[in-house]
Amino acid sequence: MTTPPYNPTELLICSAARLVPDSTTAFVGTGIPMLAVSLAQRRQAPNLIAVFEFGGAGAILEDLPRAVGERRTFHRALSATGICDVVEAAQRGFIEYGFLGGAQIDAYGNLNTTVIGPHDRPKVRLPGSGGGNDVGSQCWRTIAILRHDRQRFVEKVDFITTPGYLIGPGSREAAGLPPGTGPYRVVTNLAILGYHAESKRMMLVATQPGVSADQVIENTGFELRMADVIEQNPAPTEEELRILRDEVDRDRFYI
Amino acid sequence: MRVIRSGVGPLIQPPDVNAFRDLNRQKPKGLVDKRMTEAEAVERFVHDGDYIGTELYGTVRCPMSLVREIIRQGRKDLRVAGQGVLELDMLLGAGLVRAMDITYMGLEVYGVSHCLRREVESGRVRVCVEWSNAGIAWRFKAAAMGVPFIPVRSMLGSDTFEYSAAKAVECPFTGETICLLPALILDVGLIHVHRADMYGNAQIDGITGFAAEMARASKRLILSAEEIVPTDVIRRQPDRTAIPYYIVDAVVEAPFGSHPGEMAYLYERDEELIREWVEASKTEATTKSYLEKYVHGARDHAAYLKLIGDERLRAVRAMVPGRGA
Repeated sequence: MTTPPYNPTELLICSAARLVPDSTTAFVGTGIPMLAVSLAQRRQAPNLIAVFEFGGAGAILEDLPRAVGERRTFHRALSATGICDVVEAAQRGFIEYGFLGGAQIDAYGNLNTTVIGPHDRPKVRLPGSGGGNDVGSQCWRTIAILRHDRQRFVEKVDFITTPGYLIGPGSREAAGLPPGTGPYRVVTNLAILGYHAESKRMMLVATQPGVSADQVIENTGFELRMADVIEQNPAPTEEELRILRDEVDRDRFYI
Repeated sequence: MRVIRSGVGPLIQPPDVNAFRDLNRQKPKGLVDKRMTEAEAVERFVHDGDYIGTELYGTVRCPMSLVREIIRQGRKDLRVAGQGVLELDMLLGAGLVRAMDITYMGLEVYGVSHCLRREVESGRVRVCVEWSNAGIAWRFKAAAMGVPFIPVRSMLGSDTFEYSAAKAVECPFTGETICLLPALILDVGLIHVHRADMYGNAQIDGITGFAAEMARASKRLILSAEEIVPTDVIRRQPDRTAIPYYIVDAVVEAPFGSHPGEMAYLYERDEELIREWVEASKTEATTKSYLEKYVHGARDHAAYLKLIGDERLRAVRAMVPGRGA
């Protein structure tokens, strides 16, 4: 079977969509995570409950929201409440997955969306935490989605906006974060990464189609752990691409 | 209670819950007609140096007609609770913001805010104190409860905590580390709702964002509403009152008050005009031209709507599912 052409955004969306099972809850922001959840709902996870931070939960994502509070985030939803209600649900342990993005990520999955350079005189002032810190603190398992290069995958992030495993095993719990929570996967255009069970350092789990493990290592600014067996992540299928292009983002606002 | 760690950020609006009680005691409890124009509401209730908050945000149920009036009147040195998109972007673009409690200031699908970058990287915004999104909402919740802080489990272990004014303490009940967020009592809150009566009893359709918490955390509260309704409409379904009259100081009738943002079930976002702002905001000169045209170029909200034109307003209304063109 020949592989249909796809762009890097489509690869990220299809790869992330496959990670989420049915009948669970996921905190979703705008952009790629939302497309991934919408695609997952149309394939393996029809009863995946999308939770948006300003209060929409269980929306039917017929059209893609363009903002985390807009009406599509509670279109035919199961509930439309407010930010306190949904983040408190996460704080009580109800939200399994959370999607995150960032300008920088380090070996422990700490994410920066706040500043490049020092905080008091930043080289680049980025938007800030938004719901990122809440998602990274409260959800059981977080999935980060990023483009993969050495500017983004760095030894030390300039600013820990959203906690990953902080400085290693036990440090989340020591800081007071809910036990058993933390980074689960990182989806990039080059690889699918997880975390080493003992060291909590990022670990190469699978490479994207046509990418070698060496290429992943070259584009990562810190030492990666290697899984015992490094899988090949299958390319987006014709069916995934058809649903993504014809149904999920038929207006081509994102892809 | 043992303090384990303190954020280094300044508390740019220290909570005084007793003063808040005294002030709330003085608010009129009678049913008083509070209708007024944007100009009058901003003139009376928003002052230079005030700490203000807006809800929900820039492209969604946002008090844009009030924000444009603040820019028209040039209220300056503002301190803001920074969860924002277009509304705070325009205040930043107009150079009116001095300090921020910031959680997210960006343009969502259109990326980072050019105005935020210019103002912060140049040092014109002197202070950015970091918080999580729920962190700010919970700070309003503490103020709404009338207590000086609230314990939460976000922000711990991060630089978001380090550069906030939060404290990590040993919980006196469990012994575990917990994050305490200081109550955030606004000088002025600005909220746009679907409907209100002339006294300020207000209903919101769809998600409520953080309206309930922020309204109750405001020393002065200005509501704008798509529609002013008879009190009988409120009395028919009192369970729908999200904001009760006694916390409200001004009620401004503002149809399309969230434009170019959306209003659930009433009108959709005006993508073309949002893009026009995104483009304009890229340089100081074009930001100024946009504000000249759409803010200073219209003397009030009615003039703004005239400038936008009936055709476009009809179009964003017709985009709402089920309404048709």
